Amino acid sequence: MASGPSRPLRLLGTKIPYVEGPLKVTGRAEYTDDIHRPGELVGRLLRSPWPHARLRSIDVAAARATPGVFAVLTGEKYPTPFGVLPITHDETALAVGKVRYIGDIVAAVAARDERTAEEALAKIRIDVEPLADYPDPQTGLSKVAEPIHARGLNGTNVQKEVVQHFGDVDAAFARAARTVRVRGSFVGVTHAFTEPLVTLAEATPDGRLTVWSATQVPHYLHRSLSEVLGIPMHRIRVIKPEVGGGFGGKSDPLPHEIVCAALAVETGRPVRMLLDREDVFFTNHGRHPTQNDVRIALDADGRILAYDIEAVIDGGAWSSFGTVTTYYNGVLAMGPYTVPNFRYRGRRVYTTKPPSGAMRAHGGTNIRYSVEVALDRLAEETGVDPFDLRARNALPPHSLTVNQFRITSTSFLKCLAVARERSGWDSKFRRLPFGRGVGLGCGFYISGSNSPIHFTPKMPQSTVHLKVDMDGGIAVHSMQADIGQGSNTLLAAIVAEVLGVDLERVHVQRVDSDVSPIDIGSYSSRVTFMMGNAAREAAEELRGKIVAGAAALLGVPAEGLEVGHERIHPVGRPDAGVPFLDALHRAMESTGALQATGAYRSPTLGGTFKGARAGTAPAYTFSAYVAEVDVDVETGEYRVEKIWAAFDCGRVLNRLAVEGQVEGSIHMGLGQLMGESMNYRASRLFNPSLLEYKVPAPQQMPEVEILLVGDDDPEGPFGAKEAGEGPLIATLPAVGNALYDAVGCRFLELPITPDRVLKGLDLRAKEGRRWKGA
Amino acid sequence: MSAEARVKFLLNGHPQEVPCEDARILLDLLRDDLHLTGTKRGCDLGTCGCCTVLVDGRPTLSCLTLARLTEGRSVTTIEGLTPPQGLSAVQRAFVDLGATQCGFCTPGFVVTATALLEENPRPTRAEIERAISGNLCRCTGYIKIVDAIAAASRSSG
Repeated sequence: MASGPSRPLRLLGTKIPYVEGPLKVTGRAEYTDDIHRPGELVGRLLRSPWPHARLRSIDVAAARATPGVFAVLTGEKYPTPFGVLPITHDETALAVGKVRYIGDIVAAVAARDERTAEEALAKIRIDVEPLADYPDPQTGLSKVAEPIHARGLNGTNVQKEVVQHFGDVDAAFARAARTVRVRGSFVGVTHAFTEPLVTLAEATPDGRLTVWSATQVPHYLHRSLSEVLGIPMHRIRVIKPEVGGGFGGKSDPLPHEIVCAALAVETGRPVRMLLDREDVFFTNHGRHPTQNDVRIALDADGRILAYDIEAVIDGGAWSSFGTVTTYYNGVLAMGPYTVPNFRYRGRRVYTTKPPSGAMRAHGGTNIRYSVEVALDRLAEETGVDPFDLRARNALPPHSLTVNQFRITSTSFLKCLAVARERSGWDSKFRRLPFGRGVGLGCGFYISGSNSPIHFTPKMPQSTVHLKVDMDGGIAVHSMQADIGQGSNTLLAAIVAEVLGVDLERVHVQRVDSDVSPIDIGSYSSRVTFMMGNAAREAAEELRGKIVAGAAALLGVPAEGLEVGHERIHPVGRPDAGVPFLDALHRAMESTGALQATGAYRSPTLGGTFKGARAGTAPAYTFSAYVAEVDVDVETGEYRVEKIWAAFDCGRVLNRLAVEGQVEGSIHMGLGQLMGESMNYRASRLFNPSLLEYKVPAPQQMPEVEILLVGDDDPEGPFGAKEAGEGPLIATLPAVGNALYDAVGCRFLELPITPDRVLKGLDLRAKEGRRWKGA
Repeated sequence: MSAEARVKFLLNGHPQEVPCEDARILLDLLRDDLHLTGTKRGCDLGTCGCCTVLVDGRPTLSCLTLARLTEGRSVTTIEGLTPPQGLSAVQRAFVDLGATQCGFCTPGFVVTATALLEENPRPTRAEIERAISGNLCRCTGYIKIVDAIAAASRSSG
């Protein structure tokens, strides 16, 4: 694959406004709930009020007899299990035999209007045998009376156990000069995207099913619909309209999507399934509540000798991405550092609560907090500056980690240097007055999971098709899913860059499985890297055809030509060339409209041991953030004043989008750190609304100084890597460590609420520890 | 529904008279009956601001407003703030400065920002933050939204 640019970039690297921006600011962008089909029915779901119960019988006769009701569905009609990972198909569209959390779908109705649907749902009678509920993952580690799933390991509720050991951790700890242990505790947080979950489905007399859905992974939805409904994929058409945010919460195929499609099949009518905000909270799939236990050993030179990590991860009712989560909580803890000995035991446990799943910086966030706090402690206890400790342990470029991750580009040392300098670290650390402080946190994340979930890496993870006709407009087809992060804009910009044309010539088409070639969607921060390479390859193929047209017009060999702005001309002589359209029209003479294809296949990576592919990626991103905080020691409230965010995403392709991802990531990271919490009493979620689930307000945002220092990645498109998830990770430990610098208290339970700050201050006072004179 | 259950109001500058039950919510009337889908439904509880419209020039959560209460008043939606060609100054600034990401909250922000600048043409950042604090954006961290509103305030006269 080509690496660096062959000529200076014209468009890429600048601030490129989002191509759909004018539609979004005028309300003209079309989301799923804005689409209407004639004769639509309303779909509604009946959810379980029991956390765990055996279904004895469901009486739907009265519901079915309600005038205006077209269909009533229960689980036995579509019992085929599904799930995002083929190895853990443990969900069904509607509950079969048991319900497993408050919110599990028991029945569904399609009716002429909302009122009729609600009236019908109210008439459904469910007879259950209540079972013991298991809200606490610790309980589920041992044998339980009634395992939530039959597939729990050995009669427990453990869904997945990962045990890995590289090197000799016990020997490393035995010879360590200094060790530290940190136990972190993290509640669940959720995506809180603004557009609720919504699906529209229509079955037509030609035997086809069309599904519009707010999804970030249209291809996996396509597969799951086919599996559960028993309809071949080629008779199902999945359309992804604009999506109002995802952050991982729209990456699983979700049961309401399948139920909506099933109701459309049952009724032969279009059916709309719009979930209300409470339903969205109960659907969850957010970040896993987690307890982790991190031990780190250092040698006398301050080099990391070993990690020893345990994690207990609260999975909720289903597997979702959980097997991946379980691996990630270990393997993503090592980078950006060299860790020669590594031991990890991670267990993800089913509980009778809404399922956890993938959320932005999936699997890399909670464990990172504990690791970075542990390193902060080690730095303090060994009298080394936190920056120096990190720099001493930085992973070198072009190296292999102990678990055989291939590291190519890394600008981590540059991140450290620039964050240290710009933040004024050396004049602030431990020198600001009591109540004020600075902290360092670092991060590491995958730039695209190397393994496609559903097929072998021999098949492309991303394919891009281009078509251009006499009008000179370039249609771009790909199933990549823009959910607001700007992938449509990047796709258009790469094509425009390679062809030398204005951006307005390039029209990215709506994702439609009938015409979009497969790209496996927006998750694992894969789109820029993988789609970007596919787009570049497709555009280069198209450029070859158009340059051939120019060569024929000019009567010169194509090798002597280059692409300028809307022109093709002899190298170095823009005046002597031909306009883009003339060259295009000449090139079209034999075939008519031109087409081109590009594809990205991930390289062969990773070891051969069990689980070796988890966490392998064709590139990784690196970060070093400094946070400065101001704590009100009377109330425990604190303000994050500023974050210096040094991030290595390789070459920056759209500066506007990268900045937007960094700023949004910091906001989301601060939310988890400062107050967001899925509050449970036993198995019941108690705050399923945006009023009670507190996303930070504009006033809580710090000033953010973004420092993009990445060198070109050898395999990324034009040298780029991801920027969608990695920028979140360092936010949390940077603030956590800054709070320590401010008041001398370690906070190991998230979120760090004002009352926890006060408790920390009280504890410090009781212990008689003084901090910065206070 | 009785035959006389109707509401008369000015919608985006044009007189409207449409059937309207007493309990009809303004958001439902706009989206479902009048097909003005630029006003977004995010929570139905007044917690996200995606459904913000102007009633007599004041930002109003249409999901918490009975449609009948707009009788004789002026309602402006995002469609009414959009010039026939091109974009308003606020819309232009949102596009140019990347204040949209997923875009679902954007109409609500544009409506709120337009009302703010009408009332206070030169707001400080703190005043902008206060004005938009009823609008939830999960994508941007608000920084580029505040930047865009500040830029629009400078560009308009």
